[in-house]
Amino acid sequence: MKELNSVRFEFPSLSANEGFARGAAACFAAQLDMTLTELGDVKTAVSEAVTNCIVHAYPDSVGPILLRLRILEGGELEIQVKDRGRGIEDVERARQPLFTTGGDERGGMGFTIMESFTDSMKVRSKVGAGTTVTMRKRVEKRRKAR
Amino acid sequence: MTLSLSGELDHHEARQLIGELEEKIDTGMPRDCVLDLGGLKFMDSSGIAIILKLHKRMNALGGRLFVQNVQSQPMRVLDASGIDRIIEISV
Repeated sequence: MKELNSVRFEFPSLSANEGFARGAAACFAAQLDMTLTELGDVKTAVSEAVTNCIVHAYPDSVGPILLRLRILEGGELEIQVKDRGRGIEDVERARQPLFTTGGDERGGMGFTIMESFTDSMKVRSKVGAGTTVTMRKRVEKRRKAR
Repeated sequence: MTLSLSGELDHHEARQLIGELEEKIDTGMPRDCVLDLGGLKFMDSSGIAIILKLHKRMNALGGRLFVQNVQSQPMRVLDASGIDRIIEISV
């Protein structure tokens, strides 16, 4: 699918950057004429993915998080969140609702929310090398006012 | 007892907030607790973890937690979690 526009941000895995990441993603996604609900979905999915990096990829250290956003032909937003952290041993298990290794500050709903709020989600991970989460969100076509 | 949340609630905010909310419950020992989300514009799954924690705390005291005035984006997160099966939630 042809790329029409893209941005990339790299920032350290500090929890103070969660708000920045979702805010930046929403600003970029606004080009797609999204509704407030759709923008809220993008913010939520990005917040979950970035928080996963902070809590799970770099539990005892600070490492880089790469956020890449692409607008694709046909009105689709691709969100990619990548870390170079410790990786996920069993991706399928991690995607199950209520599964968490993050203690009681996490509800184990991160992947479930990401999946619910986007149209597709792929997770690639290698233990010791990092994890890449790629989500796509289609913008519903709306009739323009005359 | 009513506890009100406002602004945006993510993992960063939740880490500090949960201690403050639990302290208020432990000090007040209320029969019931209302969590008023009327001013909360954004919440991710960190909010679910907080609600579950407060629910457990209230259960331990023999009381109940109610979540009220939930705005549209936080409600979508709560709906996706299925938390309304164990906690009473209203808009």
